[in-house]
Amino acid sequence: MTEPVETPPLVATPDIEANRKRIIAARNRATAWVLVGFVVLFFAITIVKMKI
Amino acid sequence: MTAPHLLAPDRLPAEWRDFFALTKPRVMTLVIFTGLCGLLAAPGHIHPVLGFVAILCIAVGAGGAAALNQWWEADIDAGMKRTQKRPLPSGKMERTSARDFGVALSAASVIVMGLAINALCAVILAVSIVYYALVYTVWLKPRTPLNIVIGGGAGAFPPMIGWLAVTGHITLMPVVLFLIIFMWTPPHFWALALFVQTDYAKVGIPMLPVVAGERATRRQILGYSVLLLPLTLVPWWIGGTGVIYGVAATVLSIGFLALAMRVGLRARTGDDDRMKPEKQLFAYSILYLFALFAALVADRWALILGGHA
Repeated sequence: MTEPVETPPLVATPDIEANRKRIIAARNRATAWVLVGFVVLFFAITIVKMKI
Repeated sequence: MTAPHLLAPDRLPAEWRDFFALTKPRVMTLVIFTGLCGLLAAPGHIHPVLGFVAILCIAVGAGGAAALNQWWEADIDAGMKRTQKRPLPSGKMERTSARDFGVALSAASVIVMGLAINALCAVILAVSIVYYALVYTVWLKPRTPLNIVIGGGAGAFPPMIGWLAVTGHITLMPVVLFLIIFMWTPPHFWALALFVQTDYAKVGIPMLPVVAGERATRRQILGYSVLLLPLTLVPWWIGGTGVIYGVAATVLSIGFLALAMRVGLRARTGDDDRMKPEKQLFAYSILYLFALFAALVADRWALILGGHA
């Protein structure tokens, strides 16, 4: 009789889940900074183009 | 209480660093530098904010093209030691994410360039992205050993765009700057290809050393290096630069040619050959381009500070 094959868990372990949340939070922060940068950039371009 | 997420084993979302790595930051450094030098060496004035935007767009466009390159070449990268740790071949990211990221960066850079700087710069930036991502990556690279020669044009656009951001029109100088990088690219890449050629052969990329052999590649490196020397002096001869650039270009190009001669006139001594001259030429070629363009800017600023511009 063969030993049952151990399959990897499909449900995330707490470690993996915490890591996943950390990565997504970091990505969200990076996206937010890029968007803020975009706003500042367009504001600056507008000011320069209008020669204020 | 929220339900735990179902995940494939060990599969985590890509980190922001992986997206950043897709833009090939080290290559981007050279792109930013040459673009900035083109902008600083051009006759005329650009508002610092607009100058910053122009360089940012060049960098973001180059990053977008690099992401598209890695999206297309993920399978090839997986087979090469030098590239197998990149985000896609190492399984850190899904291919579609890289494609979407590349398209978004490319489109954003061209649109902002058009809105903030001028239409000519936006068109040339778009051409350079398409040239790298489509003409070079998709079409030339897997088909012809001359991929580097023609594909080198993609990396030659940044100083031209930087220059045109200031002047707004094409003259001989930005075209010469384009040609210098165009002529510099083959010996730079073939020096690299000589010491990583087993990797290229393994994945079926027809790099010159793989297809035509080492001897022919060494001759070509020498040929392009010989042509590069007078070409780098053209800006001086046509009066586009002064003596600072002229002397720097002469000294730097003679150094380049000397190293290229060592590579061009030798043969591999055996399987245990460490390819030191080829590695030296590759390292020097990067330093060379930095120094050459720095001299271009120094020359221009010496002219400004001397009150002649």
